[in-house]
Amino acid sequence: MISRVRAWLEERIGLSQITGFLSHKTVPVHRYSYWYFLGGITLFLFMVQVGTGMLLLLYYRPTSNEAFESVQYIVTQVRFGWLVRSIHSWSANLMVATAMAHMFSVLFLGAYRKPRELTWVSGMVLLFLILGFGFSGYLLPWNTLAYFATKVGTDMVKQLPVIGHPIMVFLRGGEEVSGATLTRFFGFHVALLPGITTLLIGVHLAFIQRQGMSVPRRIDAEWTADPSKRREMRFFPNFFLREAIAWYIGLAVLGALAAFFPWELGSKADPFAPAPAGIKPEWYFLSVFQTLKLIPPRLWKIDGELAGIFIFGALAAIWTLLPFLEGEAGKRRRLVTVVGILAIVFIAGMTLYAYYAK
Amino acid sequence: MNVAAREPAEPRPGRRTFLQMLLGAGLLGSLASFFYPVLRYMIPPASAELNSDEVVAGKIGELKLNSGKIFRFGSRPGIIVRNAVGEYKALSATCTHLDCIVQYRGDLRRIWCACHNGMYDLSGRNISGPPPRPLEAYDVNVRGDEIFVSRHKGS
Ligand code: FES
Repeated sequence: MISRVRAWLEERIGLSQITGFLSHKTVPVHRYSYWYFLGGITLFLFMVQVGTGMLLLLYYRPTSNEAFESVQYIVTQVRFGWLVRSIHSWSANLMVATAMAHMFSVLFLGAYRKPRELTWVSGMVLLFLILGFGFSGYLLPWNTLAYFATKVGTDMVKQLPVIGHPIMVFLRGGEEVSGATLTRFFGFHVALLPGITTLLIGVHLAFIQRQGMSVPRRIDAEWTADPSKRREMRFFPNFFLREAIAWYIGLAVLGALAAFFPWELGSKADPFAPAPAGIKPEWYFLSVFQTLKLIPPRLWKIDGELAGIFIFGALAAIWTLLPFLEGEAGKRRRLVTVVGILAIVFIAGMTLYAYYAK
Repeated sequence: MNVAAREPAEPRPGRRTFLQMLLGAGLLGSLASFFYPVLRYMIPPASAELNSDEVVAGKIGELKLNSGKIFRFGSRPGIIVRNAVGEYKALSATCTHLDCIVQYRGDLRRIWCACHNGMYDLSGRNISGPPPRPLEAYDVNVRGDEIFVSRHKGS
């Protein structure tokens, strides 16, 4: 029976070409191979997000009157609703973490270097898209914390000269954060961002497929010095099965986190109530927010916040264009490593500071 | 090149450039006519704001001494405070820093923003923390047992 189906498919779409391709694809094996899994796990978490997101859509309502209640309904009335919602939140947070870890591992292993510059750029854009998912999704339950975090986050944009105000109005769907903002963020979160992201993931993967996985420079040198040391692994089934196990573990971690630490819902947002103490954005924005708080209100002759926004914007741009700044032969390789370590220390330090400082 | 080969005696680059410009301008024009409505569509129409209107912020007796509450001033929040000697003060409740809603802290006798620990005095002056500007102060009028709040005349 199976062979009949196979023959049928072979005749029509040339199945053996695809399976042949899979059986020839290999992955280099060396002491840093495990870092390769981070990208795959991020992809897995994205798929979890798509799945749980579609489930949440069955009950969620994107209006300021009903959003909070509908999420409440999901977590209290719908069978396993708490699980689905909790997994969606946890997976989102883990996804930011794995994407960042992936980015830093690529940075330290030098995998962004020629000819993989475009893979790096597409990956950075994907990272920004993930942050966009986080920012837009945070508001959707329409709770107090998210409401004020969104107010603050979108108000910052306003500081930009000329384009700041129109962008803020575009994001908020008006002058204030309101039901219109919620509807917009919902649209971004479930249509615009997923569309662009899916497309870009395809491009990112196509680049990787085209060029094969990068071998770190040092290993590459060892291998050229002594070709007998070169190790490879077949993608299918060897690497594929390892990846599958990694995904399986990821799923177990998600399930455990969601079951033992269900995501809180908080209280419903009230646009006419004072902001409570302890307003903070999601942890991955904390380092930026904490830094902005530390910048004095006036820096030399310009507004401190504006200066901060410009600095962070410039840093993000430089980071994205990193492969082009390293120089052909990787002359500034050291520098990149040092800057990478400094970045991690800075992000971690500021995040902890934001947690413990009031 | 073909054209040049056919008309060796009279190459007319001017005509070609002209046609290319025409084509380019046409394309640009159609693109603009396509994106302009999209852009305009994305920016929501400005909603009419309540500007000079007067609102009832609360009733006499509703506020204890040294306390405050938020009221709706059109589409924006305002804060009305009754200080320790019983006077009413009304201000915009939108923090001038990053848009959070402020509250009255009886223990400090100050208006406080929880978002980044901004502090204002009862006339709205920003006295500590990140807020860059004072809160707008409103006029308070008590008529009967209702507290009316309105924008300063002429501002
Ligand atoms: S928004 Fe009020 S202090 Fe920052």
